[in-house]
Amino acid sequence: MVDIINALVLIANFIVVPGLTYGCQLGLGALGITMIYSVLRFSNFAHGEMMSFGAMTTILMTWWMQAQGISFGAVPTALFALPFGIVAVIALTLTADRLVFRYYRSIKAPPVTMLIVSMGLMFFLGGLIRFIIGPDDQNFFDGQRFIINARQFKEMTGLNEGLAIKTTQGMTLILAVLMVGFVFWFLRHTRTGKSMRAYANNEDLALLSGINPERVILVTWVITAFLVTLAGTLYGLDKSYKPFTYLSLLLPIFASAIVGGIGSPIGAILGGFVIAFSELTITFAYKRVLGYLLPQSLEPQGLMQLLSTDYKIALSFLILVLVLILKPTGIAGGKVI
Amino acid sequence: MKKILLAVVLVIVLGGVIIFLGRHGDDKPEGGVEVARDVKIGVILGYTGPIESLTPDMAAGAELAMKEVNDSGAFMDGLKVTPVRGDTTCTDAQAATATTERLITSDKISAIVGGDCSGVTTAMLENVALANGVVMISPSATSPALTTVKDDGLFFRTAPSDARQGQVVTDILMDRGIKTAAMTYTNNDYGKGLADSIKANYTAAGGTITINIPHEDGKADYSAEVGSLAQAGGDILIVAGYLDQGGKGIIQTSLDNGAFDRFFMPDGMIGDSLPEAIGPALNGSIGDFPGTDSPGAATFQSMASDAGFKGDGPFAPESYDAAALIMLAMQKAKSTNSQDFKGYIEGIANAPGEKVYPGELGKALKMIDQGTEIDYVGASAVELVNGGESAGNYREIEVQNGENVTVKFR
Repeated sequence: MVDIINALVLIANFIVVPGLTYGCQLGLGALGITMIYSVLRFSNFAHGEMMSFGAMTTILMTWWMQAQGISFGAVPTALFALPFGIVAVIALTLTADRLVFRYYRSIKAPPVTMLIVSMGLMFFLGGLIRFIIGPDDQNFFDGQRFIINARQFKEMTGLNEGLAIKTTQGMTLILAVLMVGFVFWFLRHTRTGKSMRAYANNEDLALLSGINPERVILVTWVITAFLVTLAGTLYGLDKSYKPFTYLSLLLPIFASAIVGGIGSPIGAILGGFVIAFSELTITFAYKRVLGYLLPQSLEPQGLMQLLSTDYKIALSFLILVLVLILKPTGIAGGKVI
Repeated sequence: MKKILLAVVLVIVLGGVIIFLGRHGDDKPEGGVEVARDVKIGVILGYTGPIESLTPDMAAGAELAMKEVNDSGAFMDGLKVTPVRGDTTCTDAQAATATTERLITSDKISAIVGGDCSGVTTAMLENVALANGVVMISPSATSPALTTVKDDGLFFRTAPSDARQGQVVTDILMDRGIKTAAMTYTNNDYGKGLADSIKANYTAAGGTITINIPHEDGKADYSAEVGSLAQAGGDILIVAGYLDQGGKGIIQTSLDNGAFDRFFMPDGMIGDSLPEAIGPALNGSIGDFPGTDSPGAATFQSMASDAGFKGDGPFAPESYDAAALIMLAMQKAKSTNSQDFKGYIEGIANAPGEKVYPGELGKALKMIDQGTEIDYVGASAVELVNGGESAGNYREIEVQNGENVTVKFR
């Protein structure tokens, strides 16, 4: 019995907890991609840099608060700096829309043009961020690091295996659930949310019904700003903030959005978890888990790994390709908001 | 719908390709290296990319040597040396090749301090430096493969090969009685070469490597790698990566989920930012990086802090030495043409001769003019062996109270 619990704790510690956190971070990012894709009808490549920008402003605000001696005990200061980051990103997205995207909308540029334009914005933002905060790693976490750490858990339960849950992992989960819940509620139950869905579904009909497209677009950017800042900051808090990694984050986020079904908010979240858990479960070495579960005589000698971790990235793309071949609309059926 | 999706996927892939391959340089007509009034030396390092936090100090080191030579006025009847920076990106061979091509053909540099990471350095050497016959001295490429690469006597490095580092790592671990270790390396020429060398040496000395897996840099999440490493177990985790890249992610994740609490950090992982970022949990971890207790290192460090950069940063002394060797060899050959001075580099770096330390470049230039034999010791105690690479002196590092402390020289 103890062996089974040990095996479960092992899996929880190395697969479930990190998978849930990473899945949430990807899901929040993918949700933003999907919103932009549905309403503005292009794939926003500047998304990763927008996340980075949001995290950066939050960091600057956190530092300022720390310098003023404002602290919130066990809770990271960054949480309270977050609203300022969100405001900054709202200003950024609206300015970018006004200066860049609105022109291409007005000439009815095809999605591919918009996509390339967003790439331009991506490089611009990347440069701006490095100009402001530099290319280095920034540490802005304060407060209590763990909700429970591996050693405490072992002492508490008397088990062989430890389970660690970081404050940032708990925060990621709670904030992601709240944010996603809010977005869904907003889309389903408010007038503006409904007009967004209508606009996404059929632009012409929505325009005929008197929906103001500029207002829908404005609201979309504002919601996206919430999503990117939250995703960027949570990711930075949990791992670390470094401008370079946000660029590489773009690929798994897009994979999540497409696997889930681009345009589908539920799909974006699902996609995030599919990508995160597939990376973890398939490349995990099950040697010790099996060691606990199997009788001594059958204990495995090798690592019991399905695939080496080298194939981690290939794996998410394999899933992407399979989904596109078998169900091109994604798991949740894309292109409906 | 399908078409849009396909387009999106295609563009993602293309985007990735663009991001990884970087920009192509313009094709410029081939041109030989001319002897100009001013001598230009390329400082081609990865100012962007995985080691972008190390390269500013490295470049400052090389440029400090050039400034010293200029201030002395003794270089080749008053010629001035001008540094020209170029970006290797550390990872992207195509970009590094294009940059080097541009610096040689259009900026007309006479020699190169660089490249930095082993992969791009090999590409720069094979694609550009060999074809144009330009001397390259790398301050930081440590892949063992560069020892045997065909270089027409043009390639040198002031950093030792990782084959030597594998031996040092093994000695440190064995002296501390650590007999089992898990290992992960950054998935490139540097990481692979170093990991192979550590594994061979450590196994031969009676240690056991429980698992040896690569990790990619700049990834979003390292839970999967750490999961595998934790399952294999070991007394220590050897992280042959980069401190501000995957290496840091691996250490942070391992500490967070309790997989390992002690780490061995080879040269790419040593820097102040790591103990700062990780905090007290890193205390007791050990590592190594090229360094020496020769008086040159201390002199260089104080010169560097006067000039406003960190002289004990990884590869900053080696960069200074690389630039100094190039200029001293030019002086000796009385020519800035690589074909003329490439033969003198090894002689200047090695005994016998009058020992030359940092801050004495002006004196050394005059001694060369007078025909005195010199033995350039420099900031990193350079001694070139195996056809032009540093023999290698290492510091044994232990993290104590959040700082990298040198406990021993090897």
